[in-house]
Amino acid sequence: MIAHSPRTTRVLIRGALVRFPHLGIDRVGDVLFEPGRVLALDPDAEQAAGAEIVDGRGRWLIPGLVDLATRLREPGATHKADIRSEATAALLNGITHVVLPPDTQPVIDSTAVVELILRRAREGRGATVHVLGALTRDLGEDSLAELGALRAAGCIAVGNIGHALGNTNLLRRALQYAASLDLSVHLQPVDPWISAGGCAHEGRVAALQGLAGIPQTAETLALARDLMLIEESGVRAHFGRLSCARSLALLADAKARGLPVTADVAMPQIYLNEHDVLPFRSECHLLPPLRTVADRDALRAALASGLIDALCSDHQPHDADAKLKPFPSSEPGASGLDSFLGLGLKLVGEGVLSVDAWLQRCALAPRRILGLPPPTLEQGTVPDFVLIDAVSENPLEASTMLSRGKNTPFRGWRLPGRVHLAAIADRLWIREP
Amino acid sequence: MSLQLAPDGRLKHLLTIDGLPRRLIEELLDAADALRHVALRGNKKLPLLRGRTILNLFFEVSTRTRTTFELAAERLSADVVNLDVASSSTSKGESLLDTLATLEAMHCDMFVVRHPDSGAAHFIAEHASPGVAVLNAGDGRHAHPTQALLDAYTIRRHKPRFEDLTIAVVGDVLHSRVARSELRAFGILGAGELRVIGPRTLLPPAIEELGVRVYTDMDAGVADADVVVMLRLQRERMRGVFLPSESEYFRRYGLSRERLALAKPDCIVMHPGPMNRGIEIASDVADGPQSVILEQVSNGLAVRMAVMSHILGAQVPQLEAGA
Repeated sequence: MIAHSPRTTRVLIRGALVRFPHLGIDRVGDVLFEPGRVLALDPDAEQAAGAEIVDGRGRWLIPGLVDLATRLREPGATHKADIRSEATAALLNGITHVVLPPDTQPVIDSTAVVELILRRAREGRGATVHVLGALTRDLGEDSLAELGALRAAGCIAVGNIGHALGNTNLLRRALQYAASLDLSVHLQPVDPWISAGGCAHEGRVAALQGLAGIPQTAETLALARDLMLIEESGVRAHFGRLSCARSLALLADAKARGLPVTADVAMPQIYLNEHDVLPFRSECHLLPPLRTVADRDALRAALASGLIDALCSDHQPHDADAKLKPFPSSEPGASGLDSFLGLGLKLVGEGVLSVDAWLQRCALAPRRILGLPPPTLEQGTVPDFVLIDAVSENPLEASTMLSRGKNTPFRGWRLPGRVHLAAIADRLWIREP
Repeated sequence: MSLQLAPDGRLKHLLTIDGLPRRLIEELLDAADALRHVALRGNKKLPLLRGRTILNLFFEVSTRTRTTFELAAERLSADVVNLDVASSSTSKGESLLDTLATLEAMHCDMFVVRHPDSGAAHFIAEHASPGVAVLNAGDGRHAHPTQALLDAYTIRRHKPRFEDLTIAVVGDVLHSRVARSELRAFGILGAGELRVIGPRTLLPPAIEELGVRVYTDMDAGVADADVVVMLRLQRERMRGVFLPSESEYFRRYGLSRERLALAKPDCIVMHPGPMNRGIEIASDVADGPQSVILEQVSNGLAVRMAVMSHILGAQVPQLEAGA
């Protein structure tokens, strides 16, 4: 079992394959650090004397992964999960930073809520929690949230994640206002009118099963609209959870024209498609819905090419009852923290991504999107890395999942990757040998 | 792997037409044939399900459908309990699983289930204890298998060779569990040509992939059809984003005598009921010589008796020669 190590003062990771592609490091080495501070890469014997030794042989030391969308369910739905449980689950799964979307209850549209979340996060021993403020008050259609105050309270960016914004005039003003504050905006493009009432991709499977459909235009229309408004306002924008091949063409065009936009895709979209919903599997009730095989393949290609900048877990932990309902009435979303490392490594195993590209999509690009500096191993910097066994495979089972939400469509999958050490700032966990 | 088929090929549940072998469907229709004659006798009761309990579990109000299931069960001598859940426990916040657990404690042999969610019958079959059979009486837009079987049965009585038939299903296919189940059933029975007719707003976008020909023009779609099935148009769809008005719908897609004249002269007209006269079908067609709409209702009883007997393992007596 992996355990928190408050007693430790200095740790020497010995003989690990250190893979920090952004620093040009990909070789076996030793890392000496203490909670809160990196002491040395390849220290001499004198420096390392007395340190607790962690065997790194056959393991990779990599930058901590970063998840751009992690529902912590606090405040508002602590029967599903809470900040402490999920931030800890994230860190133990190799994720050192998580981003909490604003659709908590209450919505993150006031400084009080931001302060509450950041305080709870600091009390825990898990991943660093970053907060996305709401773009509009109550994520609604009427007025702007106090974006300046939200930033001052510590929000890393703002966005409409969790609510499809239909009021284009409000959106336009919000983007202009965010641009004038130099705030990044995270958008999940969904047309609220076209997607209303839907629970599955509008296609063959939904037609067959009689499930209310969400067409691709629900995403592409909103994306096209958002891109026009981004171009006009000049705001920096990140698109979360793209699901359609057609969206990729719009994104490529925007990037080619030099718009300051980035995008991510949720891990399930890379592995699953509309057919996985059969026969009414509520674990596969996701938003955006699982789309066609062609969409999935296009998303994979865009991930490989870098058109899609990042992968996220889109973590949405649920209590068991939320999914124990007929498909349309079940709550959408999948618990993603416990499979984020494994499914990422599996993409490497399948040849979709190189190791470098995987680290870019899951660790480095998300930091750029958030404006966080990349981790280094220079003396005096803050530790932000994990030591993993990238090879051995384990089945994903509810009993071994660390998130309180056991709702995963990947249950039973054998996934590579096992975290042996995770360090972020002054929090440190080491697996007992 | 099928939830509804036992390894010996019998039905444990009837949730959907999808995946049923043709032989099994024909067997059920044959059994319905034998049972239909019972309804014509003086003593209408058979002792096939004596001592069995059937629970009509309706999460959506439907007096007509519930009555036919109730009558079918009673004709087979089963004990019947009706529960309108739409107006009871779940509206008090009880979860569907809690409701099921409570009802299972009553030791019923079969749940006849209607629910507004697509997939609800699957869900209930998955979570019900092994001794309880689930008969889907309509789940959301997904399936209404006994309606499809009774329609297939009705067609077969008039036109026994499905291979020779062009069957047109007209109207709100998008929201229709009846259409989904019928298209499956007619396809499995080998129908020569399946057509759906309606405006694009009422047709699922990928419907062509289900092996049907799509017509947005009623006259072209009805031309030379052997069977026309008119679907009910839900009131809430008649005005709004799906359709501009009832009268425009009738002008473009209503079945009038003039339109019916474009079909084969012996074309039969069907409707799962309840009808909206003057909206999807003209009264003189509904009551006309080509209409088999009332026959559908009486056939529904025999088909439901056949399905209940089959699932609960009762042997339906063979039809005597010449009967």
